[in-house]
Amino acid sequence: MSSLNRALPAAAFALLVGGFALAFYWAPEDADQGFSQKIFYLHVPIALTAYASFGWGAWKALRLLWTGERRYDLESYTAIHMGVIFGLLTLVTGSIWAKISWGEWWTWGERQLVLFLILFLFYSSYFMLRYSTDPGPRRERNSAVYALFGVVLIPVSFLAVRIAGTILHPTIFTHEGADLPWQMLVSFLICLGGMLSLAATLYRVELSGKRVDASLRELRELIA
Amino acid sequence: MSTAEKYVTGAYLVLLGSLLVYLLIIALKVGRLEQELADLTQAAREKQRG
Repeated sequence: MSSLNRALPAAAFALLVGGFALAFYWAPEDADQGFSQKIFYLHVPIALTAYASFGWGAWKALRLLWTGERRYDLESYTAIHMGVIFGLLTLVTGSIWAKISWGEWWTWGERQLVLFLILFLFYSSYFMLRYSTDPGPRRERNSAVYALFGVVLIPVSFLAVRIAGTILHPTIFTHEGADLPWQMLVSFLICLGGMLSLAATLYRVELSGKRVDASLRELRELIA
Repeated sequence: MSTAEKYVTGAYLVLLGSLLVYLLIIALKVGRLEQELADLTQAAREKQRG
């Protein structure tokens, strides 16, 4: 077991528990939203982790197309798998926050929400495309191209709230910096670090499982 | 417990619940891989014996 395999889960646990504790007991309560703003420390790190996972999957897809090394296919697939899980969590936690703040679970009038949903559905369809073709170089190339197309939606989705005319969805990080007290910012950054470490841990676990699965399949064919 | 507190608790429980479900899936997967490895080892031994 490499030292990174031990360090990542430990870091994820320490940062998440520490970050959430700081968010609840140290960071001040938001003057406008009150206690419900505490979801910010969960929802935003999850959303950013989903973007990071999709971005990582696209990067691995690019490496596959660039170098032709087949190992990048499994890495890209696993990263997108992680992105979809975190994307689903983003939608669920976002809906809960929307219900408290806006009084409804979902609103079609917010561009960022709709664009995030499109991004999520786009990458959810990745699995349908992947499993509609037989395993092999063709499937790997098609999946990589699809993963790369999706990455275009990430900056659009991320910037949508800044170019949107509506003000329902709050904008915390602007060109002038973070629009929140430093205690909130520190707590948020620790939670973000924890969530990214958690995603990295799950990515490595999932990737190991898929590699073992592939090796066993190869072994089965050799023995048969 | 206020309504906001209930919703916030619910949101954090969503993460915890998801992690537990993921852990269960991984545990089942490891069990399956272990079984497959045992079967393959058995098959390889039988093949070696001829």
